[in-house]
Amino acid sequence: MSALNRKLLRDLWHIRGQALAIAVVIACGISTVVMSFGTLSSLEVTRDAYYEQQRFADVFAHLKRAPASLESEIARIGGVKRVDTRIVEAANLDVAGLDEPVLGQLISLPKRGAAKLNQIVLRRGRLPEPKRPGEVILSEPFAEAHGLSPGGHILATINGHKQRLNIVGIALSPEYIYAIGPGSLMPDDKRFGIVWMGRDAMEASFDLKSAFNNVTVSLMRATDEAQVIKRLDDLLAPWGGIGAYGREDQISHAFVANEIEELRGIGSIVPPIFLAVAAFLLNVVISRIIATERQQIGLMKAFGYSDLVVGGHYLKLVLLIASIGIILGCLAGAWLGRAVTELYTEFFRFPVLYFRLDFHVFAAAGLVSLAASGLGALGGIRAAVSLPPAVAMQPAAPTTYRRGLAGKLGLTKRLSQPTLMIMRHLGRWPFRAGLTALGISMSVAILVASLFFFDATEHMLDIYFHHGQRQDATVVFSEPRSLRAMAEIRRFPGVMATEPFRAVAVKLHHGPRSERASIAGLDSRTVLRRVLDTDLKPVSLPPTGLILSTKMAEMLDARTGQQIRIEVLEGRRPLVEVVVTAIVEEYIAAPAYMHRAALNDLMGEGRLISGVFLQVDNRYAAALYHTLKDTPAVAGVTLQTAALEAVRKTMAETLNIMMSFYVLFGSLIAFGVVYNSARVSLSERGRELASLRVLGFTRAEVSYILLGELAVLTLAALPIGCVFGVGLARLIVSNLNTELFRVPMVVTPVTFAMAMSAVIVAATVSGLIVRRRIDRFDLVAVLKTRE
Amino acid sequence: MTNKAADEYAMAATAFTVRGLSKIYGAGETEVHALRGIDLELLEGELVVLLGPSGSGKSTFLNILGGLDTPTSGSVYFRGQDITALDSGGLTRYRRDHVGFVFQFYNLIPSLTARENVALVTEIAADPLPPAEALDIVGLADRLDHFPAQLSGGEQQRVAVARAIAKKPEVLLCDEPTGALDSKTGIGVLEAIERVNQEFGTTAAIITHNAAIAGIADRVISFADGALASVHRNEQKISAAEVSW
Ligand SMILES: Nc1ncnc2c1ncn2[C@@H]1O[C@H](COP(=O)(O)OP(=O)(O)O)[C@@H](O)[C@H]1O
Ligand SMILES: [Mg+2]
Repeated sequence: MSALNRKLLRDLWHIRGQALAIAVVIACGISTVVMSFGTLSSLEVTRDAYYEQQRFADVFAHLKRAPASLESEIARIGGVKRVDTRIVEAANLDVAGLDEPVLGQLISLPKRGAAKLNQIVLRRGRLPEPKRPGEVILSEPFAEAHGLSPGGHILATINGHKQRLNIVGIALSPEYIYAIGPGSLMPDDKRFGIVWMGRDAMEASFDLKSAFNNVTVSLMRATDEAQVIKRLDDLLAPWGGIGAYGREDQISHAFVANEIEELRGIGSIVPPIFLAVAAFLLNVVISRIIATERQQIGLMKAFGYSDLVVGGHYLKLVLLIASIGIILGCLAGAWLGRAVTELYTEFFRFPVLYFRLDFHVFAAAGLVSLAASGLGALGGIRAAVSLPPAVAMQPAAPTTYRRGLAGKLGLTKRLSQPTLMIMRHLGRWPFRAGLTALGISMSVAILVASLFFFDATEHMLDIYFHHGQRQDATVVFSEPRSLRAMAEIRRFPGVMATEPFRAVAVKLHHGPRSERASIAGLDSRTVLRRVLDTDLKPVSLPPTGLILSTKMAEMLDARTGQQIRIEVLEGRRPLVEVVVTAIVEEYIAAPAYMHRAALNDLMGEGRLISGVFLQVDNRYAAALYHTLKDTPAVAGVTLQTAALEAVRKTMAETLNIMMSFYVLFGSLIAFGVVYNSARVSLSERGRELASLRVLGFTRAEVSYILLGELAVLTLAALPIGCVFGVGLARLIVSNLNTELFRVPMVVTPVTFAMAMSAVIVAATVSGLIVRRRIDRFDLVAVLKTRE
Repeated sequence: MTNKAADEYAMAATAFTVRGLSKIYGAGETEVHALRGIDLELLEGELVVLLGPSGSGKSTFLNILGGLDTPTSGSVYFRGQDITALDSGGLTRYRRDHVGFVFQFYNLIPSLTARENVALVTEIAADPLPPAEALDIVGLADRLDHFPAQLSGGEQQRVAVARAIAKKPEVLLCDEPTGALDSKTGIGVLEAIERVNQEFGTTAAIITHNAAIAGIADRVISFADGALASVHRNEQKISAAEVSW
């Protein structure tokens, strides 16, 4: 090995602590990228594979009742690949140990063999025997939520008849990755479950012999879905069809798509920021390390090594460090990506897992890091190489320090000499000091940007559940009722207040755009369920017109004053034009509102209501739910506490997994930045500080000079970092905009405090490490050799 | 100077011809005239000693001679070629092919052993001595694998000398090579330089504050305030071993 390469390895070993810190920073940047993108692509691949395997349908439609013969007509629609008809009905379930009513979605299993579409994955047990009508399969999340397994049973009220259902199997379905009950926003596996039953049993229970009320179809490649939906609607209209829809409106699919989109929203913003910060840091630190090598560079040039060879030597050193980081980052990223994908697979209950890593992601992340370190090195190398060797080899001439403003004002007399040294040094190298402070502030910023998310979601939930939806429970009727139904419920035990609402499934059209939605008809001055403006003040619903949430307005590209065409999907299915009278900010879902009376008028009906919001006295809650469970008109009850829990569980969990990793990596990067800053300062000023020790300064005094500077820079960086952090948070917020939810721009003082303390801790630990080195200065060696 | 000596002097080939060499550091208020128009010849195989008070421009002169620095004006011809006209690549080749340096502060690479510090230079030389042999010449045969931090000041300087002579340079430039050493070690270093000068015919220039060393030179050149104060030829040259201070 040549002497030069040997020097390379020894130098690397010599600065191993620092090299490792740099490598860790690069590794963090890279592994965040690799992990995020790897997880995202794997999730999509896995989901698609699951869909493919289980033949998840493309178009879905529900109707009242159609003869089995209609199936072949549907199959003849151009572009349709497979048709599957079945019976889907709701039932009230009674599960031991739960007071509240539980809603079950009964789905028929084919008389023999597997379904043509939406095949279930049997996880445990077996399929029901056709001869035994009471046998059912439960969806796995529901079964787990209640601790049910094959051999157990549940009670159900099916079409008015109480019946015992024996559990023979547990299954998953691509159609219900998320099972979301009617009127719910979020999956609640305790209160909504899927129950698969034999076709014969269902036909008998619902009087649908040789008929069906639900159809799904899959499409051939490159088929115009809208066209098929239209033809299907035409075919089903006479049979009580309520509008076919594609995957995009299929609740479970939309939900999963949303979750993945959210992950992408964060995943495409945070990791590149991390990488950029790592790259920036790398650039700064490396150019400073090179600067400390000035004399050796001059020496090698004096021996006749060319600029190219000398430059290449240092470039190699830097790229070696970078490569260690890149390899570490890729390995860690791939490993974490797999682990996180596994977590998500469990979370989504995908029965399969395909982990896919894009080579491009590795390559791009690696190149960015190599380029950043290379450029940082080149800057420093160019500066050092351009000096004539005679100059480069001189111990850098004593820098000209100036008396600052404080000095001119005579304030410096009060300051100790070490304090003066700190101030003069900062004043002499404002650019370097600025870069260091900038690096530290970036680390504060990425922590703020990854921590703020938890505040923001909490705030979102708080607004939604404590300001907007203040009811304790929501009762949904199986079909619209008169206000008398509310008066009856008002008399139930524990009911303290009631508010009626009407909910109507519609399709909103504006220009070329259309969206499926549910219009909530509310009264104008409500106490429980309120519509809020951006200042959280309740909005009094105007007597006419449509009120859109910002998200729905965005999706429809609609503004206040514009006409929206409402295509009602139930009842007599009227088609009307309505003016948008207001747009309100809502962070969850994309609702639309109307005054209840206006909605009734639009439907051409009397003062009907779809359900009631309740305020409940907790002491009587159990009794109330029992009563509701036995009230035939009640289709379902959603509890607000359960809903909040469900939202937290689903929405927060998905993102929390990712965000927690970001916080971890953010902290590591923060530490790397601060530690490197301290170490580089130490090597820049080692001789000077050692000389001070020789002159009789104590260890504490000498440490103070170096660490005092670091402390000043860190303190200066904290507020700047908070400002940057808010900027990054804004970027994330603007990127996290899905139909399911938006994140409000809220950063609490706690987040700032946490981010800043993390950096202060990192600075303190780095300071202590450096301090230990100062304590162990070999004074003689420092004076004897010239580094 | 006798006639015979003058003839000899005229007949010897010139290694360096220096014409009107000036160096100004800084500008305006802080301007320093380090060299003010030096004219001088150095002969092939000659050993010169440069004397003069601190700040008189000796190092600046030597650095320009060695291609480590460039003058503000004037020229330096090495074997007829104007090295002040070379670009940085040309200077690099010049240093690599012709010049060996010894610095006052040793300037060893701390992460390399004695042997490796020498190898660093021999690896890019055309016909070098093996590093171990160069180190043997300076009496460090038993310190081959020591790192600079494990060597005394004198030993470090001898490594620096070994490093300079190992490539059998045509020119050896030494800036206060004994400045930081006691007399016994200093003499050891001088002996090594003298030996290269005699065995390989290397043209050598040694800067020193120490007038006692002047005795080993063919010529003694004195600097004062950036100019030549005197050039004096040693009629009675002594060997390094005879020097004492
Ligand atoms: N890099 C430099 N910048 C400014 N002035 C310099 C520099 N190097 C040397 N000088 C000045 O040039 C003069 C000659 O210096 P030098 O050649 O080192 O003297 P000597 O080696 O004889 O002690 C001195 O006044 C010194 O201060
Ligand atoms: Mg000098």
